[in-house]
Amino acid sequence: MTTPRTIGQPRRRVDARAKVTGQTRFADDVLLPRMLHGRLLRSPHPHARIVRVDTSRATAMPGVHLVLTGDAFPVAYGILPVSHDEHALCRDVVRFVGDPVAAVVARDEATANEALAAIAVEYEPLRTFASPEDSLAHAEPRIHDYGDVGNIHKVVALEFGDVDEAIAGADHVFDDVFFFEGNTHLPLEQHACVATKDPDGKLVLYSSTQTPHYVHRALAKALDLPAAHIRVIATPNGGGFGGKSDPFNHEVVAAKAALLLDRPVKFCLTREEVFYCHRGRHPVLMRFRTGVTKDGRLTGVDLRTLLDGGAYGSYGAASTFYTGALQTVTYQIPRYRFRGCRVFTNKPPCGPKRGHGTPQARFGQEVQLDKIAHHLAIDPADLRLNIVAPADSLTANYLKVGTIGLAECIRTVVDRSGWREKHGRLPHGRGVGLACSSYLSGAGLPINWNDLPHSGVQLKLDRSGGVTAFCGATEIGQGSDDVLVACVAEVLGIAPFDVRAVTGDTDLTPVDLGSYSSRVTLMMGNAAIQAAERARELLAEAVSAKLEVPQARLTFAEGRVFDAEAPDRGLTFREAVCAAEARFGTIGTTGSYTPPKSPARFKGGGVGPSPTYSYTAAVVAVEVDPETGWITVPTVWIAHDIGRAINPVLARGQVEGSVYMGLGEALMEEQAFRRLPPRLSRALVHKFPSILEYKSPTSLDMPEIVTDLIEHPDPAGPFGAKEVGQGPLLPIMPAVANAVFDAVGVRVDEVPITPEKILKALAAKAAGKPARTGPAAYPENVPWPEPLHVTPPWEGGDGRASNTRASSGRKADAGIEATAGVKS
Amino acid sequence: MTDGKVRLRLEVNGEPVDLLVDGYKTLLEVLREDLQLTGTKHGCELGECGACAVLVDGEPILSCLALAVESEGARVRTVEGLVEHGRLHPLQEAFADRGAAQCGYCTPGILMTARALLDREPSPTPERIREALSGNLCRCTGYHQIVEAVEAAAAALAAGAASATPSAESGVATPAGPTPAGGRR
Repeated sequence: MTTPRTIGQPRRRVDARAKVTGQTRFADDVLLPRMLHGRLLRSPHPHARIVRVDTSRATAMPGVHLVLTGDAFPVAYGILPVSHDEHALCRDVVRFVGDPVAAVVARDEATANEALAAIAVEYEPLRTFASPEDSLAHAEPRIHDYGDVGNIHKVVALEFGDVDEAIAGADHVFDDVFFFEGNTHLPLEQHACVATKDPDGKLVLYSSTQTPHYVHRALAKALDLPAAHIRVIATPNGGGFGGKSDPFNHEVVAAKAALLLDRPVKFCLTREEVFYCHRGRHPVLMRFRTGVTKDGRLTGVDLRTLLDGGAYGSYGAASTFYTGALQTVTYQIPRYRFRGCRVFTNKPPCGPKRGHGTPQARFGQEVQLDKIAHHLAIDPADLRLNIVAPADSLTANYLKVGTIGLAECIRTVVDRSGWREKHGRLPHGRGVGLACSSYLSGAGLPINWNDLPHSGVQLKLDRSGGVTAFCGATEIGQGSDDVLVACVAEVLGIAPFDVRAVTGDTDLTPVDLGSYSSRVTLMMGNAAIQAAERARELLAEAVSAKLEVPQARLTFAEGRVFDAEAPDRGLTFREAVCAAEARFGTIGTTGSYTPPKSPARFKGGGVGPSPTYSYTAAVVAVEVDPETGWITVPTVWIAHDIGRAINPVLARGQVEGSVYMGLGEALMEEQAFRRLPPRLSRALVHKFPSILEYKSPTSLDMPEIVTDLIEHPDPAGPFGAKEVGQGPLLPIMPAVANAVFDAVGVRVDEVPITPEKILKALAAKAAGKPARTGPAAYPENVPWPEPLHVTPPWEGGDGRASNTRASSGRKADAGIEATAGVKS
Repeated sequence: MTDGKVRLRLEVNGEPVDLLVDGYKTLLEVLREDLQLTGTKHGCELGECGACAVLVDGEPILSCLALAVESEGARVRTVEGLVEHGRLHPLQEAFADRGAAQCGYCTPGILMTARALLDREPSPTPERIREALSGNLCRCTGYHQIVEAVEAAAAALAAGAASATPSAESGVATPAGPTPAGGRR
């Protein structure tokens, strides 16, 4: 191949002009003739039986076209096959404040709002579950009539080698409990959709979704329609971060209403409703028991996690596995046990947020490594460098590590930050902290297990010289359209501007599973390359015949196809397409991508495999005022093993955006709840469902960020590229915590790290107590099953479990394989 | 609630507008719904996020908090009015080239706020830019590429828009190697 002309070049993204002129058409910008407007009536109770819904007054109001209740939606749906536990409108029970019970479609939003107020709902309040401890302790009343037992949604237990033996034989044992508070995506765009019946009578839904393919499936099921008669168009998302990855109530209701009324129906959620949709970061309590040799090598890790799932399943079964999946891909862990438990509570459902399930346990692991390094008097960077997982290896839990640039990432941030001169050496109140991470470049298995491709690309070339690339991938701001165009343009030797992208439309584009799990660049990119190479073959054969030049000598570059040995001898790209069209007829090619099979053969082994993993290291500098606990972050140095940057401008933006979002999680963002006073029903409500009160960093809060992209092309990626959208977020929270310790000598073992918590730890230290703020203990009453025993590869294992799971009277774990592939 | 139309005359992006609007409607709603100028966005409709910023008589305001009737007789400029004579404004060029728009949802509000800043202060420092944009939330970028784009646009405007406008296909200018983003030092 010739030197890349597009790949790796800093470029204006292909959709930049639309974005800077305000012409990008987001879902709420879709305006159709005769369009009506819908609103949802949401429950004011966190947990209640619906006794009666009276819609008569609302229905009679002028301008109201339709009022719907749960009766209209008998069929349940959900993102995972194992937890189809949602109805578009609640039928019998509401499970959190914000759960929708009725819908109004009217001539405008104002009329719809007035009609909502006229709907009378009688509720019978039920006991409310506010915390995982509460849900573990009380099996009744059950929030759902499915799940492992009582209000426990999911319990998983996996053991890779004899961990107790490994820890017993260690020189030191570290036993730490951490807590990661929940937080939410806060995309600037509020979820919106427009449903309509096309002139043929088929359903069309425009929606701000990251996963049009899954919305397509959910609509087919919930509305009992053939999928082939439904078209889902993902409008460009105004930010997603995982928050638009589930099928949502308003999408199903809008679709039903449009079919009933034969008119377009729009729903645009308020910001408060976006907080109720949530599907954000699970609050996770975790306990790490880790055996360590005196020279700082890990002998075994025993991890327990407890996830507060909120009121519905969402991606939760997968999230549970993800809290324990990726610990092994960064560092050598010879033996590993992971037990995870997700409970239902009466709060908005948690789901996948950037990093899906992995940032919480990554926080615990990286803070514990800092404690280990401190205790053993080993530099935290050296401790990690000594145990970096080897390239092209299998982990204890049978994840296949490909290329790994982690050591280079660590060395890079150590050098750039002046770590050796700063760590442990700065004056009181100033410190630096280091942490690392890894993330999937796409989940190895689909949500709905099958043998079908995860991403498909079709190319159309015609005598105009134009190339159109069709792919189901969804542009959520990350630049997926740009990656698609860049890959095609590079292979065909034409300018990106000469390729048109048509994406995220289930009628027009081949299936791509969606913008989650950092899968798009790798999977769509590989599919695009295959389609483009097939087109190049056709053009080369035609040009070769026409010019009588051997195909092997033809070069595609700069909009021409020419003889590499006599560059003047060639055709323009347009002429080449004409030659091919004349020779073969209409030119269309396809490409598809299916990830390699995982060596894991045990139940639950489907969560974690990826074609390749990205790696990141970060050093964060902090300044802590010991008087007030106020914490500021002047600088972040970050190095990310990206394999190859398709477009460095966008790659840098993903890294900086991850640092930003990580700092928000580290310092201020929390999805917290409170009880209303008794005179107001004692309902469990969102503490602050508004942007003003849900604090997120502004332009004034951002530190200097020094970014290094580590580029060693990975054979699994398109042009060697790995993911960049999620991994760089992960080290930020633990690096901040470790820097706080370096600055003032106290541990904040939970996120967010607030001035109040720092002061509390400083006060404890001054009183001679442990210099720490954090959770006291991990609960003892989780009903763990006997773990599946899987022998690690180096102890002669073959990836299978040596036992089957003891069911201990619980329902058979049907469908676990199906959930295993889920990711964020 | 839906009674009570009010006559509203104003200038939007240089064009006179004369229409009857619901008296309760915000300027944001009239721009998006009555005039179909959907380039102006909303993220909260409570004055918290900055996505709906437009210029009213040159001042950036949150259009979600202003009643449309308050704009009677005013000159309103939205993102649709940034392009002049078929050419992108230097701010738009710089945002496009430097990755300042990821999802693009906060972009119109930020562009209008930055435009007001540059109209008043042609050579703002990075600190001044951060201050001016601190009411505009962006969840994608981490703000650095936005601040750099505003700086670049200021430089391009100073050098003369004509010579500073790259073609649609121009590359950018991100230097190879480490990319320190300007922050507080």
